[in-house]
Amino acid sequence: MSSNGIADKVAIVGMGCTEFGELWDSSTDDLLLDAVGECLSSAGIGRDDVDAFWLGTLGSGQSGLTLSRPLGLDYKPVTRVENYCATGSESFRNACYAVASGAYDRVMAVGVEKLKDSGFSGLLRADPPADGTAAELSLTAPAAFSLLDPAYCAKYGVDPTQMRAAMTHVAWKNHVNGARNPKAQFRSEVSKEKIEAAPRVAGRLGIFDCSGVSDGAAAALIVRAEDAYDYTDRPIFVKALALASGPMRGGLDPAYDFTSFPEVLASARDAYRQAGITDPAAQLSFAEVHDCFTPTEIVLMEDLGFTAAGQAWKDMLAGDFDADGRLPVNVDGGLKSFGHPVGASGLRMLYEAWLQLRGEAGARQLADPHTALTHNLGGRPGGCVSFVSVVGNEPGVLIG
Amino acid sequence: MTGLLAYATYLPVGRIEKNRVVASFDEDSSTLGVAAAQALVGSGPAPRYLYFSTSTPAYADKTNATTLLAALGLPSTVFASDLVGTGRSTAAGLRAARLTGGLVVTGDVRVGKPGSADERGGADGAAALLLGDGDVIAEILAEVSESAEFLDRWRSPLSRTGEQWEERFGFEQYATLVRTAAGRALDAAGIDEADHVVLTSPNAGVSKKAGSLVKGRLSTSGNPVGFLGAGDLAVALAGVLDTAAAGETILLLSAVDGCDAWVLRATELLPSRRQTVPLAAQLAAGRPVPYLTYLSWRGLVERELPRRPEPDRPAGPPSARSASWKFAFTGSRCTACSFLHLPPLRVCRQCGGADAMEPVRAADLLGTVATFTVDRLAFSPSPPVVDVVVDFVGGGRTSLEVADAVPEEIRVGTEVALTFRSLFTAGGVHNYFWKARVR
Repeated sequence: MSSNGIADKVAIVGMGCTEFGELWDSSTDDLLLDAVGECLSSAGIGRDDVDAFWLGTLGSGQSGLTLSRPLGLDYKPVTRVENYCATGSESFRNACYAVASGAYDRVMAVGVEKLKDSGFSGLLRADPPADGTAAELSLTAPAAFSLLDPAYCAKYGVDPTQMRAAMTHVAWKNHVNGARNPKAQFRSEVSKEKIEAAPRVAGRLGIFDCSGVSDGAAAALIVRAEDAYDYTDRPIFVKALALASGPMRGGLDPAYDFTSFPEVLASARDAYRQAGITDPAAQLSFAEVHDCFTPTEIVLMEDLGFTAAGQAWKDMLAGDFDADGRLPVNVDGGLKSFGHPVGASGLRMLYEAWLQLRGEAGARQLADPHTALTHNLGGRPGGCVSFVSVVGNEPGVLIG
Repeated sequence: MTGLLAYATYLPVGRIEKNRVVASFDEDSSTLGVAAAQALVGSGPAPRYLYFSTSTPAYADKTNATTLLAALGLPSTVFASDLVGTGRSTAAGLRAARLTGGLVVTGDVRVGKPGSADERGGADGAAALLLGDGDVIAEILAEVSESAEFLDRWRSPLSRTGEQWEERFGFEQYATLVRTAAGRALDAAGIDEADHVVLTSPNAGVSKKAGSLVKGRLSTSGNPVGFLGAGDLAVALAGVLDTAAAGETILLLSAVDGCDAWVLRATELLPSRRQTVPLAAQLAAGRPVPYLTYLSWRGLVERELPRRPEPDRPAGPPSARSASWKFAFTGSRCTACSFLHLPPLRVCRQCGGADAMEPVRAADLLGTVATFTVDRLAFSPSPPVVDVVVDFVGGGRTSLEVADAVPEEIRVGTEVALTFRSLFTAGGVHNYFWKARVR
């Protein structure tokens, strides 16, 4: 890895996040105004004080005009970015670099998605004209991620019943967590029996194994680290930003076994090096990861180094990643319960880091967290983009 | 002298009531034709002519034979043309190929009104006949035709299902034509009677009462599969070629708006060069399809589909650029490290070498299932979609839909082969590509 990183060069000094869900009464414009408004007021500045904007959306608009028009921005630079389901993180990453470069003093990263206006289930694709042979055309996202389940069982000799129980635990845990989050799409606990009895979507994935399809927006204000305390006495410092985009070798190479994401391994390695993390499970206070489908979260625990390969299903069942476990994962409910408005999700993960590290997470507040990881993935097993960030509430070296 | 070099038939696996052979939702006359012809190309020199006959073309205003040409991996120097309309179209193909040599392929998806005699008595399927000089499996001793204009069977080009006058009227017309054509053909061949008589006709009375019109010394038969439209005469001929002994003669009669007749004589090569799976075995190997499912495949009832957008039509320029992949399933093999890429790529995924690739046709490769899933959310004309990741024998991996899928039959390690299908049709464009099928 050749990234130099920008550890402790920039900080988040304000954030906003709308409620996620089936927001029939809110337009994309409304969501943007709400998230940006909350972000500005939490930083105590006005719209005109922001020097530049990055906007992430998969399909709810094109170009910077998607943001400048509803906000009525007067000729500010607005860049629209897209990187599949990691779009929100990509908006944040580029906004951080814009500040770190010295080009701007105050930059806002915004993410938005309005999924519930289409009338269809799941995510829609907007592919360029093609020859009709791509597997993605017929294989939906839940089907693509369902490939992890039989492959994982086969590789590690896990009884499919045990694997099913581990997947169920992911959904159960993230619903328990979501029930303590007033902005989550799903705010009720769901019994393990109900999770396992749900109608099948793809492979062994039932509807509770899938993240919520929702509308929502989130925003973060980024400034130079040395200016951070001008805005808040509890800024969040960016320790690492890593992105890995795969060659899509897994779909072509019989050596790939569908039990790991090489892109996640690469992005985690880069992020840990930037942040000086050597033992992530011990050094991180909590993690927000891309639990698009329940088997994904299990595999991510291994790829992010929270446990050894082949062990995550056991650790999951043992409650290691519950809110009161050794490393809480998706304490805000994750994509599963908070919902997954694609362009907003990466920023929503950072929003939870923001709340927890500032002690503002209410009923789900963790005890004295200091360092958080967010992981955001776009694509599917065999070929994806993977983003990892590490943020902390203190500048300087991590507390071990 | 030009004769028959090889033959093959393909019957889809679906069956509705009383063993009626039905093509799956992803099969059309062109894909059926590819399935039949696949066995006849690849070894030996490519044919120079490809005649594709059908009464149910997948496209009008666009040549369907070029779809077959591309899927079979044949060179552009082949003259590929359609012969569209009736059972007579295959007679035209045979007559042409007798002069030029080449591949005669015929395929049809016959549709009758629900509950009708046409539905019961029809069949879907395909046959391929390779003609040329050299080591023929059957000589053609005679070829005669009678043509006539009368109203027995017709169909509006805009309709999927056809009409018929009173069957006995057509039978009377055909009886004379068949006797005349048979007599002329036997005279031309210089024989008194044939060992085998095959008589096919869209008039069910004619094929049923074949024995009362012309008799073979050893056998007299119609098409054992059912009325196959343009495929009728070729599939019926294949049924006899599956069993005829060396030296035996076959009088082939196709009574469609007249009567076309050929006399063939099997050579000593036939017994060793029959098709791998006989027609009777193909017919016996079917699997029931629920009638409602069948009706939905033919668009005769509309079922509720998953709440997903319909796919975009395949675009012309990308499809043309990737024709060797989309139609012929040709990947690229790195000349430096031998890594096989399916689909073809310019930069090697293994060694990183660029533009050092050679094309490899993978359509005839066998593979095993690396992992699989049943997708109940995906759009499909016949959900659910079953998808497999296939690792090919000798290297290479790709993800494919499964054709004729029975989800319970698929495991990690299941052996699969490839089959050319239409994934879906959008904007009138058939999205042809290959699927995996369980061996």
